[in-house]
Amino acid sequence: MKLLRDTWLIFQRQMLLVLRNPVWVVIGILQPLYFLLLFGPLLKDALHAPTAADAYRFFVPGLLVMLAMFGSMFVGFGLIAELRAGVIERSRVTPVSRLALMLGRSLRDVATLIAQAVLITVLAIPFGLTVRVGDVLLAYLMLGLIGVMLSAASNALALKLRSEDALAPLMNGVAQPLLLLSGILLPLTGWVATVADFNPFSWAVDASRALFAGDPGDNSVWQALLILGALTVLTLFWSARSFARSVR
Amino acid sequence: MIETKSLRKSFRSRQGRETKTVEAVRGVDLFVSEGEIFGFLGPNGAGKTTTLRMLATLIEPDGGEATIAGADLRRNSGEVRRRIGYVAQGGSTWDEVSAREELVLHARMYGIGKAEAQQRAVRALDAFQLTEYADRKCKTYSGGQRRRVDIALGVIHDPKVVFLDEPTTGLDPQSRAHMWDEIRRLRAEGMTIFVTTHYLEEADALCDRLAIMDYGEIVAEGTPDELKREVAGDVVTVGLNGSTPEAAQMLDSESYVNKLETVEGGLRLYVDQGATAIPQILRKIDGAGIHLGTIELHRPSLDDVFLEKTGRSLRES
Repeated sequence: MKLLRDTWLIFQRQMLLVLRNPVWVVIGILQPLYFLLLFGPLLKDALHAPTAADAYRFFVPGLLVMLAMFGSMFVGFGLIAELRAGVIERSRVTPVSRLALMLGRSLRDVATLIAQAVLITVLAIPFGLTVRVGDVLLAYLMLGLIGVMLSAASNALALKLRSEDALAPLMNGVAQPLLLLSGILLPLTGWVATVADFNPFSWAVDASRALFAGDPGDNSVWQALLILGALTVLTLFWSARSFARSVR
Repeated sequence: MIETKSLRKSFRSRQGRETKTVEAVRGVDLFVSEGEIFGFLGPNGAGKTTTLRMLATLIEPDGGEATIAGADLRRNSGEVRRRIGYVAQGGSTWDEVSAREELVLHARMYGIGKAEAQQRAVRALDAFQLTEYADRKCKTYSGGQRRRVDIALGVIHDPKVVFLDEPTTGLDPQSRAHMWDEIRRLRAEGMTIFVTTHYLEEADALCDRLAIMDYGEIVAEGTPDELKREVAGDVVTVGLNGSTPEAAQMLDSESYVNKLETVEGGLRLYVDQGATAIPQILRKIDGAGIHLGTIELHRPSLDDVFLEKTGRSLRES
């Protein structure tokens, strides 16, 4: 119970900080928004889709996965700033749960992510996006798993590196290939598709597309949830351990 | 209240390809009694902060033992955390949050309920004269105000012991004097205070007892007066208009004079306690009918102590 209470405490403070200075939430939403407005219109011809609406039904589910990835991978920068400000050390001398220090922050990232995802989904409706409520909720659950996993990983790396100069190139170096190998922008073919099978986010994109196509029974859905669920649990263990160690 | 036995900590640092082990703290034995302000004096890099962070459960010692407020540091760090407060050197607040919000959250991290936390915050704001700015964001505070918030946070849960790491570094003289008053107030409330500093005046004016640390070891320990006496006692300078040789001969045989030097225009006497020596010197000189011009008492400073113990001046290091 102490863990839940402490997690809620940290989550509340982190949400307060997000709401007081929402600039990063806005920046996080700009990238998918640009893609929606400036890249989406090209897809009908590029994909030889029968209608523009068909192209958006293919593109937006992937865009949401991209939002989840990029929104969560860089949260470690905030933690480094907090380390520098001394607020982490101040938390450490209290008996507050170490796991809660991590979970409270990850929950913040999931909450902002879902808010951003809802906004992008709603904005895509005028372009012809259609989806059932149950399916979209399942898709959001998957986004949430991605958010928890990447935010925990980013925070664990931030604790290890403790410097923006080290974290930025690492995160960018990982983020770009993960994006290109996920099939978000274009359908994957040839050897790139084979390599992409090892990218969990490529599975997430397939599942997201199946859900937005109204096909929750598709194999890709349970496969993606299983893969992401397992990876999320593993990452949480790793991050919790690194919090427990360096935040003894 | 605090007792440590051969507390040790070393760090590995890499310089190019070589890894060097730096022994930051090399066996520290300390005893701090309940209700005292205990000072930890030493130059930067002496190992003060490392010792403090070990005692505050932030880093694990490599060896040695410590008991803090009755709890064992190594076996029961959770209990130590509940009984101590810690105020770091570099600040501890979020910019976008107010002092009141910070105090409430911090109290709640100690497991205190919401209503009680809010009441404590009100009391702490009042005690540290922060009520006026209570609901402004921390980024708008002055250095002294921020420091007061840091300390208010450190004691929000009524700890038995509070560790303050260089609480006055970077403050102007007025804020520093103000901070000393706050620290004395905490002692009056029954807290034991462990404070590090590299200011001699601060150690002298504020601390009941202190330890001098250098290169990871404690080189001297005692009250500021004891430490200064240990070095050379006091120095009394007597200004005489002539008759210096007679006065010198006469005073040299007195038992309370440890050493005597003839200087221009008078004598310099090294005594154990200036306060009791001066009347005796006065009587002696007066009784011999020698005309006394001036008499001055110098106390050795803590810098003299540091110089004696380490061979360096604290002001240089």
